[in-house]
Amino acid sequence: MDTASWEHFEHKADIGIRGYGDTLGEAFEQIALAMTAVVADIDAVNATTELSIRCSEDSDDTLLFAWLNALIYEMATRKMLFSRFDVEINETELNASVAGEPIEIARHQPVVEIKGATYTELAVYRANGQWVAQCVVDV
Amino acid sequence: MNFNKLECISNVEWKINASAGMRVPAVIYASEDLVRDMDDKVYEQVTNVARLPGIVKAAYAMPDAHWGYGFPIGGVAAFDAAEGGVISAGGVGFDISCGVRTLHTGLSLEQVMGNQHALADVLYHHIPAGLGSTGHIHLNGPQMKAMLLGGAVWAVEQGYGERKDLERIEEHGCMQNADPEQVSQFAKKRQQNEMGTLGSGNHYLEVQKVVEIYDAAIAHAFGVHLGDVKISIHCGSRGLGHQIGTEFLKQMANSAKDHGITLPDRELACAPINSAIGQSYLGAMRAGINCALANREIITHLTREAVQRIFPGAHLDLLYDVSHNTCKLERHQIDGQVKELYVHRKGATRAYGPGHPDLPPDLRAVGQPVLIGGTMGTASFILAGTEQSMALAYGSACHGAGRSMSRRQAIRQWHGSQVIQQLADRGILIRSPSKRGVAEEAPGAYKDVSAVVESADQAGLARRVARLEPLICIKG
Repeated sequence: MDTASWEHFEHKADIGIRGYGDTLGEAFEQIALAMTAVVADIDAVNATTELSIRCSEDSDDTLLFAWLNALIYEMATRKMLFSRFDVEINETELNASVAGEPIEIARHQPVVEIKGATYTELAVYRANGQWVAQCVVDV
Repeated sequence: MNFNKLECISNVEWKINASAGMRVPAVIYASEDLVRDMDDKVYEQVTNVARLPGIVKAAYAMPDAHWGYGFPIGGVAAFDAAEGGVISAGGVGFDISCGVRTLHTGLSLEQVMGNQHALADVLYHHIPAGLGSTGHIHLNGPQMKAMLLGGAVWAVEQGYGERKDLERIEEHGCMQNADPEQVSQFAKKRQQNEMGTLGSGNHYLEVQKVVEIYDAAIAHAFGVHLGDVKISIHCGSRGLGHQIGTEFLKQMANSAKDHGITLPDRELACAPINSAIGQSYLGAMRAGINCALANREIITHLTREAVQRIFPGAHLDLLYDVSHNTCKLERHQIDGQVKELYVHRKGATRAYGPGHPDLPPDLRAVGQPVLIGGTMGTASFILAGTEQSMALAYGSACHGAGRSMSRRQAIRQWHGSQVIQQLADRGILIRSPSKRGVAEEAPGAYKDVSAVVESADQAGLARRVARLEPLICIKG
């Protein structure tokens, strides 16, 4: 059974994002979906344009921080939203293929721009047999 | 917040005595009601700031303090470089030099209300707002460098804004000693199409009416009169500032150990001012301040163009421009001695008192205008720096209302269209690309800005001058 999922959690000024997966890569895919959902309805984002992202860090949580900030950078400079993520993590290295489309303001009605990932509640851990990745993003 | 750990100095001043590694005490300026509603995280964060090397006198929390990143939002702290003092990316924030400026319009309330819809539409279409919007200005490498060095002065030289605006901007519109070389290519790329854009979240452009005057003499000196129509702009350094913040947060967190700094919280990442990374951040952050000043100057130019389409001949003069996410080198009196200190204001507005040499000559007698943004349904305030504000918290005051409810809670409680309709029923027009964005920013999701401003006034941080209510709000 695939139990991958994502959710948002409370933070007074900003918003927390969390991904669950059977593998570390899957948890990173799910938290990326949670991040897109901060901005827009994921179902409205077509996965038409693909690009790859690589990052490397020496711990799981700093790798998560780097992954989210790499996505934020691509969203900001390409003016895109992403809805499909394929993440492979090999020890300290992350290779991802992500797909989405340019923002159309009228159709996507983007809610808010994400400024950056933060160290607040930043954590990668295992719970109930699953990988969990979480972070508060500054909006 | 639990009152047990606070010593009551007055009804708007609370002290946390230095203990458990705190180098100095912490001071919270707020009424009992505001302190009661403050998150315990504010206590944790303000006492953590008091633990940082080289901090002078005390760590301060303003009446609107809430849970931030490392520093509380509404936090003020000054550091002495000669005493091993630090500079912190979190103490400035991700949106470097985010701030507010207010313009006089010279228009009457009748004129504006007679054209309210047309004015709302032209402002909304003329000023890029929200995620996915692009500015009209695209900067190449040398232009980017000139902008990062010149700030609002650069903008005026490019034909955006007016020369006489500059004296009404902190630092006369140009932060000195900015170092564009310290700004990464990523940050520059993130900014190249963002100049003159409003951003999103709590950023806005508002047409406002002056509904109450508290101090007639100062209001007169500011050019603020009952029934006046003003325009206020709240935004910052856009993608450039965000990228600088993100990159230095990581670098400072990684290098803290090398500098012998134990971080009580990773978000409090900092570096000695007199270190390579400290100096690098200082140069980059100052470039970020210039980016914000240039951005607000360009938006002012676009605002003038838009207003003149409806009201040909209208002339919009700048009342003042404040930044509330900064670290600045300033001279302050400490125990009878003048010291140069690096003053962090994270979600706090500079509030220089009367006579301060940095104020423009025509405002020097009354003190600096302190511009406090509210929410789209409540009110904004104009205050003035006081004689005693320099001694209280390095000449600083609050910056806004602060959220009382998370974005998630807000969208569970309200729908955007319902918020827009309720405000329309009260005569306030909202223009925004996102209904959910409006719901997340619903007035009810924020603390009572009036209570915040009242506490600032009672504590002597800044004096209340005028209250403004929104007529039109453009939300990113």
